[in-house]
Amino acid sequence: MALISCKDVSLGYEGKTVVENLNFEINDGDYLYILGENGSGKSTLMKTLLGLRNPMSGTILYGLNHNEIGYLPQQTIVQRDFPASVKEIVMSGFLNHCGLRPFYSKDEKRIARENMEKLGISDLKKRCYRELSGGQQQRVLLARALCATTKLIVLDEPVAGLDPKVTAEMYDLINNLNKEGITVVMVSHDIQAAMTYATKILYVSDKPQFFDSKKKYINSEIGKVFLNDTSE
Amino acid sequence: MQEKLWTYMGYDFVINALIVGVLIAFCASLLGVTLVLKRFSYIGDGLSHVAFAGMALAMIAELGNNNMLIILPITIISAVLMLKTSQNTKINGDAAIAMISVGSLAFGYLLLNIFSPSANVSGDVCSTLFGATSILTLSEFDVYLCIGMSIFVLLFYLFFYNKIFAVTFDEDFATATGIKSGVYNTLMAVITAVIVVLAMNLVGSLLISALVIFPALSSMRVFKNFKAVVVSSGIISVICSSIGLVLALLNSTPVGATIVAVDIVCFIMFSIAGFALGKNR
Repeated sequence: MALISCKDVSLGYEGKTVVENLNFEINDGDYLYILGENGSGKSTLMKTLLGLRNPMSGTILYGLNHNEIGYLPQQTIVQRDFPASVKEIVMSGFLNHCGLRPFYSKDEKRIARENMEKLGISDLKKRCYRELSGGQQQRVLLARALCATTKLIVLDEPVAGLDPKVTAEMYDLINNLNKEGITVVMVSHDIQAAMTYATKILYVSDKPQFFDSKKKYINSEIGKVFLNDTSE
Repeated sequence: MQEKLWTYMGYDFVINALIVGVLIAFCASLLGVTLVLKRFSYIGDGLSHVAFAGMALAMIAELGNNNMLIILPITIISAVLMLKTSQNTKINGDAAIAMISVGSLAFGYLLLNIFSPSANVSGDVCSTLFGATSILTLSEFDVYLCIGMSIFVLLFYLFFYNKIFAVTFDEDFATATGIKSGVYNTLMAVITAVIVVLAMNLVGSLLISALVIFPALSSMRVFKNFKAVVVSSGIISVICSSIGLVLALLNSTPVGATIVAVDIVCFIMFSIAGFALGKNR
């Protein structure tokens, strides 16, 4: 069974439809890029998948629990001057498994250490989040997402505002995670990165839409238009 | 001076005032960290105005010691309402809160002037707004209520500490990964309302937000992780409120205003310390 499947889903806000009749599936091991222009409904779709809002119509079926989804959101104003250490933030990824238990278990502390190790932020664990560079902050949030899940992570423009070198490192990290078996859903406008990494592409707009493998996207009408647009 | 202090300490009502004052300031500062970080400081301020209207109603109804029966529910309901409107993107959240708070201030004062059973309306109003001496005339019931509530707030904070952190730092992430953020937000709003009502006896309704925001802001100048900020703002608040209370007793200054003045001095000191620490790094 698919991890998430959408059937005839329509999205919008305040009574206005933005996207109609979305049909697609997210399967185990996918690296799905959700592409689309600004205001096309990418973010709305992502928030709907995460259960932060309801679709206007259609059904979304989940092959996993909500507490098995990891999420890397965009930065909020609150976080910019929030006094929190890296360790505190990474650990908070486990809360969805805690239930009413007020404290973290030993296992969770160990997994958090391993995740920080994996993402190369172990030496930052006592540092204050707001004093880190943009790339380091994104790694911290990625480590938190990994504490929340071992199955599926949803990333919202994870390289926005990062310089090219750090962007490449971030993409590498995410690609490695996908190779280790974590399903990746990436919301982005970076078509070049999608061409390099994606196994599947969902192009969101009011119409026409596209959902299929990367190869077919490159040869499709929408793909040709979009690719030529950005390469010029 | 010292002698005067020891004589005062012999009186039960002075001890009661100290216990209640310190406990309320402590609870307010714990909540303050979250409220300040979530950009909800103004909810505390708005609520204090609502509590004033509640107090006015209670005075007119001549409820005496049972006035909590009116004030508490009104304030709690307003707290939840304010929280919901501030999350609603359609209406302008902060304007709605300003409307509720200033409206209830005006309404409360109007009611008191028209229906008040007491001869000294402006005296009543002044002591509700600025606290005056009500802290020295606490009943035994008030003291136990404060102790009980403080224990409850402390336990709530300890038990849900990690969740409070998660919901404060990143509500979307918390909700997306399956935490019921709405429940915690509502709980926080309710507890804030309770603290505001209790604190009205101490510093009066206009000065309550000072107890909520100053300790948190002070410790955020210096400390850089959440746990240190929470613990230190609790400690700062206890120290400042004790100093403020003692100073107020010795010099017969208004209790609320004195505590707030001490809090402000502390904030300035921490700001300088934070600046110096930042420079050395």
